[in-house]
Amino acid sequence: MANALHVVVCAGIVPDPLQTLEPITTPTGPGLKNEMVLPAVLDPWAACALYEAANLAQKNPGSKLWLVSLGAKAKLQQVMMTIAQKVPFELVPIDGPIGGFPDAHSTAAVLAETIAALPGLDKTKLLLFGGWESATRGAGVTLQLVGERLGITDQFQGVDQIDLRDDGSFEVLERVEGGKHQASVCAGAPAVLGWATGNLAEPRNNPQVGMANMRTIMPALQKAKATKLDANGLSYVSVSLPKQQRTTRVVKDLTPDEIAAELVAWIGAE
Amino acid sequence: MENILVLTHADESGSALTKASLEAVTAGVELAARLSAPLTIGIVATDTKSAAAALDSTGARLLAVSGEAFAQARYATDAAAVEAICRAANATIVLAPGSSRFTRVAAGVAHRLGGFIDTHITALSRADKIEASRWFYRQRIEAVVSRDVRPWFLMLDAGTHAAFAGASGAAKIEEVAVELPALRTTVSGFRLPAQDQQTIRPDAKMLLVAGAGWTKKQPDGQIHVAEAGKLILGFLRATGASLGSSKSLVDQGGEGEPVLPFLTHMNQIGQTGATPRHAKGLSTCCHGEEPHVVGWRFIADRRAISLDPNCGWTRGKADVVYVADAFPVMAKVNALLEAAKG
Repeated sequence: MANALHVVVCAGIVPDPLQTLEPITTPTGPGLKNEMVLPAVLDPWAACALYEAANLAQKNPGSKLWLVSLGAKAKLQQVMMTIAQKVPFELVPIDGPIGGFPDAHSTAAVLAETIAALPGLDKTKLLLFGGWESATRGAGVTLQLVGERLGITDQFQGVDQIDLRDDGSFEVLERVEGGKHQASVCAGAPAVLGWATGNLAEPRNNPQVGMANMRTIMPALQKAKATKLDANGLSYVSVSLPKQQRTTRVVKDLTPDEIAAELVAWIGAE
Repeated sequence: MENILVLTHADESGSALTKASLEAVTAGVELAARLSAPLTIGIVATDTKSAAAALDSTGARLLAVSGEAFAQARYATDAAAVEAICRAANATIVLAPGSSRFTRVAAGVAHRLGGFIDTHITALSRADKIEASRWFYRQRIEAVVSRDVRPWFLMLDAGTHAAFAGASGAAKIEEVAVELPALRTTVSGFRLPAQDQQTIRPDAKMLLVAGAGWTKKQPDGQIHVAEAGKLILGFLRATGASLGSSKSLVDQGGEGEPVLPFLTHMNQIGQTGATPRHAKGLSTCCHGEEPHVVGWRFIADRRAISLDPNCGWTRGKADVVYVADAFPVMAKVNALLEAAKG
């Protein structure tokens, strides 16, 4: 139990990437058309964080894994029907607005308050996980702000790998410019890790894990506290779809030699 | 009245500013001129003298944090350095490059100062106040935002401004003292992905995107992964292009399907990958929204080679689509490029 960890994964829910998105104006600010009926998935990079966390918890007996998620209860329930079958976790739902337009600082404040109040959480064992950016706001700041609010000053972003050592210290690989990783060694928890893709494949659905998770997920969803998010002075001047539609020239009748010649000329042109 | 601070940091040499930092300087100089606001530039480096000299012609007040502790990027030291500079500058607007080093700490520092942050800013507009453009939902929706609270941190995406280039001079630097917390993290260096050569080149003019079609059965009923790899690497060698990949091609390794050994998740573009900026992009054997919409948002001139003449994702997204088999086309392209080199 020397390396028993308390891993908290922050993960939002996002529209399925295959859905067409259309911005609209709502009484509370910008939103997406039919947002509540769009199929949703767990935020992709945060999902990688969840799978890495579960792998870490499994390898270190005595560890605990919480999944803290802010979103509309109905959407959370829909997404959990799938995610619950992947890995064992305890869901901590917060009933609030979904989407990329609410302010990240408000989101972070709510998440930090919730995490600080988790029963049984030992902050000296805490690894705070999440995606390094969401697929909605994509700001890459929420996890960092949660970490600051919890007083954690060892933070890593764009993480692809963590290797835990026997003494509790760990090595982290973070993505940096130029396709490189920066390698760092941290003395141990507490720390914040914003995950990129990681190295694990998406776990297969396991109905037994799903049933065990759902026993606690449904009551947790029923008890989820409702929250509102402050704008913090953030206002939207405009929200729109990109208008640029290119006139595509479709070339069907050229031989490979002719196409190659055209491409080489294009490559060499300034 | 606004008071503008631009944060900059040195590259791996420890003394020269990064290109992204110089781009942020340009943004700061332009914004300060537009708002008639005072400009301060903060420098984090091992040795700040040459960096400061390069900024002399900005006429800005120069604040610096220097020393061995700041040779490497690390949350605790960088956050302390940036916080100290921000407090010394007492700025209302803080511009910073969206580098991995500063994106790791800027939000934390904004919180320490009671400020707010917006990231991935691609443009700063309007003459009399500040409005910032950024993308939401992975480059699918564009918004212009404003905030009436200060300090307001704005992280600028790379490639959105020209790098500052002015005459060097004997700049006056104000050193800022930093009180470091106990350090629990040691940076041990950089690692390249396990691959034959580096295929990710952010400064390249061209991006080659490889799709899953490269590893599918060809007209002879066989898979030709080795040949595909040779063609792709040959093109990269001849052009100096950077290599991007669709998610499906990268994911195949975990699904037991044939893979191109030099591809990693770092090459991935799209929803869960990068959205790189290059002047030109050539996609090969790709089908789907990921490479053509999300991953290509900031590619200026786009061409595609695809067997599917009706691919809905290339129509309206690429400038030219060649309906052809990429294997013979790329082989010929490589031969022509090699011949041209002599």
